[in-house]
Amino acid sequence: MADGARYHASENGSGVATLTKQDFVSGQETRWCPGCGDYAVLAAVQEFLPELGLPLERIVFVTGIGCAGRFAYYMNTYGLHGIHGRAPALATGLAVSRPDLSVWALGGDGDMLSIGGNHLIHALRRNIPIKILVLNNQVYGLTKGQTSPTSELGKVTKSTPFGSEDQPFNPLALALGAGASFVARTVDRDRHHVIEVLRAASEHPGAAFVEIYHNCPIFNDEAYAALTDKDTKDAHQIRLEHGLPIRFGAERERGVARRPDGSLAIVEVADAGEDALLVHDAHRADPSMAFALAHLSQRVSEPTPIGVFRAVERPVHGESSREELEAAHEAIGPGELEALLHGGATWTVES
Amino acid sequence: MSRTVDKDRVVIRIAGDSGDGMQLAGGRFTDATAVFGNDLATAPSYPAEVRAPAGTLRGVSAFQIHFASRDILTPGDRPNVLVAMNPAALKSNVDTLESGATIVVNDDAFSKRNLAKAGYDANPLEDGSLSEFRVYRVPMTSMTVKATESIEGVSSRDGARAKNLFALGVLSWMYGRPVEVTEEWIERKFANRGAILTANLAAFHAGYNFGETADLLDVRYRVKPAALRPGTYRNVDGTTATALGLIAASVTSGLPLLFASYPITPASELLHELARQRSLGVRTIQAEDEIAAANMALGAAFGGQLGVTATSGPGMDLKAETIGLAVALELPMVIVDVQRAGPSTGMPTKPESADLLMALYGRHGESPLPVIAAATPAHCFDAALEAVRLAVDYRTPVILLSDAFLANSSEPWLIPNIEDLPRIDPRFAQGPNLDGEFLPYLRDERLARPWAIPGTIGLAHRIGGLEKEDGTGNISYDPENHARMTSLRAEKVRGIARDIAPLEVDHEDGAELLVLGWGSSYGPITAGARRVRERGGKVAAAHLFHLNPLPANTGEVLRSYRRVLVAETNTGQLSQIVRAEFLVDAESFTKLEGKPLLAAELEREILERL
Ligand code: SF4
Repeated sequence: MADGARYHASENGSGVATLTKQDFVSGQETRWCPGCGDYAVLAAVQEFLPELGLPLERIVFVTGIGCAGRFAYYMNTYGLHGIHGRAPALATGLAVSRPDLSVWALGGDGDMLSIGGNHLIHALRRNIPIKILVLNNQVYGLTKGQTSPTSELGKVTKSTPFGSEDQPFNPLALALGAGASFVARTVDRDRHHVIEVLRAASEHPGAAFVEIYHNCPIFNDEAYAALTDKDTKDAHQIRLEHGLPIRFGAERERGVARRPDGSLAIVEVADAGEDALLVHDAHRADPSMAFALAHLSQRVSEPTPIGVFRAVERPVHGESSREELEAAHEAIGPGELEALLHGGATWTVES
Repeated sequence: MSRTVDKDRVVIRIAGDSGDGMQLAGGRFTDATAVFGNDLATAPSYPAEVRAPAGTLRGVSAFQIHFASRDILTPGDRPNVLVAMNPAALKSNVDTLESGATIVVNDDAFSKRNLAKAGYDANPLEDGSLSEFRVYRVPMTSMTVKATESIEGVSSRDGARAKNLFALGVLSWMYGRPVEVTEEWIERKFANRGAILTANLAAFHAGYNFGETADLLDVRYRVKPAALRPGTYRNVDGTTATALGLIAASVTSGLPLLFASYPITPASELLHELARQRSLGVRTIQAEDEIAAANMALGAAFGGQLGVTATSGPGMDLKAETIGLAVALELPMVIVDVQRAGPSTGMPTKPESADLLMALYGRHGESPLPVIAAATPAHCFDAALEAVRLAVDYRTPVILLSDAFLANSSEPWLIPNIEDLPRIDPRFAQGPNLDGEFLPYLRDERLARPWAIPGTIGLAHRIGGLEKEDGTGNISYDPENHARMTSLRAEKVRGIARDIAPLEVDHEDGAELLVLGWGSSYGPITAGARRVRERGGKVAAAHLFHLNPLPANTGEVLRSYRRVLVAETNTGQLSQIVRAEFLVDAESFTKLEGKPLLAAELEREILERL
């Protein structure tokens, strides 16, 4: 066996304990449009990563194509900028073969939900140990403003001058339908919330799906304004917190309750009573409640839940075979190879 | 009493309904033949449908074996013997037989109904249409039932199902095959199934004894063992040889193997073969699609593993984009293309070697990469190792071309000594490479870049599909840099010519014609040339294992013959290349029937040109 093949990631490498946000900033000049939501997400990610307690060399960002694709270049970690839509598949190959790494796949709504939709749902179904961040701005940015799979019906863009005729995806419902074990949503402009969600995602042992509402000031400005503007955000952000009744509003005067038919409704707490409020249970095995929450708002102009919708444990891809494979690979040598080559019926021709 | 006739070589075809166990019987005959010491080559043919209607022409499954007392190169053109288990098997194979061939039929299966299903108006066994053949009518079903009827727990239906082993017994007698090999196999295979084990043994013995005692079969053949090179052999098909080669490369390089692929005929068998090898550290993933499979392999390569994906033509179309990314990333990766007849879905089970130009050029932009083609089933082992060696040494994706014929055909393989296998050293980057800095695209003397894998402290870097600045790998749209990077990538692949074996010529003094081939045409070209020489003709032959870059002496070899004939199962792809590269007026012999070339066709083509 060639010595060079043995890799040993150092446990404490380059001073893990003292890593700061600045350590995660790569030398490359950021080239997004001024005011782009990508800056906020990048800053939040860089601020959060020291918390992982890993050497930066054990972290990998894998991206696809789109404005968000450049993310990989701006992180001072290992980075792999792949092709359009394929980040979850690239990340799958990397994560299953290197379980010692923290692998993050990142892309926009077009990248992850349109051209890469198949890879996304299969990574979630397999519960690959990767963190998937979908920066959803409901439009194509890099190709200069076409409709995306999350653009609303009737959306006028360059490619839909008469308005989009296509029903948009509900990304969270899609992820839940694919069997995702972790599903969350956050908003670019709320750095604390983004970091909170990143933390929960990183602590989750399997695939984590995080939708980040993200503002594209050039092609779809203020799409989430209701959720982020000072004046409107309290009335629109429904912050999900595990184990607590779901309430929102400046005075926490509104809440989410279950109707007799099982569907969810937004209610005035004063009318419905506190006991009627739904207590958020992210760990419920049955995904129907998370699914109902994902469908609570049809438009971002309505009160919209953010936070962790679902976080359940189920077998992580590759975990059951990991030890066997690693041990096998450590043990295999010329003797085992010899035995393999001589498997089946053999015969010898004497000289 | 039967007489014994000596033969140099025999081609047998066993055909029946796909439910009749023909592949099993063929495989057992092959093992016994291998252990006996003949050289051999086999080729199966399956129905295109998973469950074609029983008794119909579409449902016929066949197995062909060519064995000899000397070394042979192909599964044989025209069978000398056909075992036909039903009328459909007879009808669909009789045209391939040589005149005077022996036909052994299961007489019980020639009922009115079965004849009709096969489209026979009259019984060919009785209407004189088989007069040019020597036909033996053996009631195989009823004799098998009789041989097994006294076994407790075996119904007459179970008994009848063992008729393939009866047929195997008859053939084993006819060709003096060692019975122990088959007996041991039956005992292993049915170890826990008492009555079935007994029934299968009984059927096999009944067939053998039938040959021995019945006057019907009046002749036995003796094909003496071949004088093969000394050493230990096993019989392998191309799929197994490829799998073994990949595993061997993983072991000698120390790189764990991650094999990702999507089911596609005829490449799926490679996934099945490798999926069983977990105890050898092989990880396989059945990906959601062809694109994902390629990306998973590439992701694993970024992580410092041996990333391999396999597919057939349609899958290559889908993987092209990812292969292009691998070219840009300059990471090692192997893509196995088990070629089949196209275009589009084409004929999925039929061989054709028509993906050469796609392998060479089927990506957008300038994206050169090494291409290797396996020549025989056993050669798939060496080809797989060579693909990994080049991928790792040059940090490049490598396409390994095989085809449906190589994947399913088998031949004896001289098992190599482990010490003789090529050493593959990943040479992972361990630290900075220029004045305390790490430049991911700073090249070595081979123009290969460093392979720095995640987890290596101090070497964090970012790479992607965007054009990179020479050395640093930073994104660059600089015009001169792009020109330089394009030529560096091309130069790196061209330089591999210094690192591969020269084109060897099987030369004959006075030969003015060179036959050039690639891929699975090796057997028929070599056998065809040999036949021509036996008839006194002078011909030279050469075979390309590396299709990109071509061996450094290729032009020189081609120009040293007055005529060059390129034989391939496509419309002339290699001949286009040699004409363009070397300005040689190469002639082309092509065949597009979804079948391999035959030695007799090559013999004819060569003779016509002498
Ligand atoms: S186009 Fe939109 S998403 Fe893209 S960089 Fe500019 S602002 Fe950001």
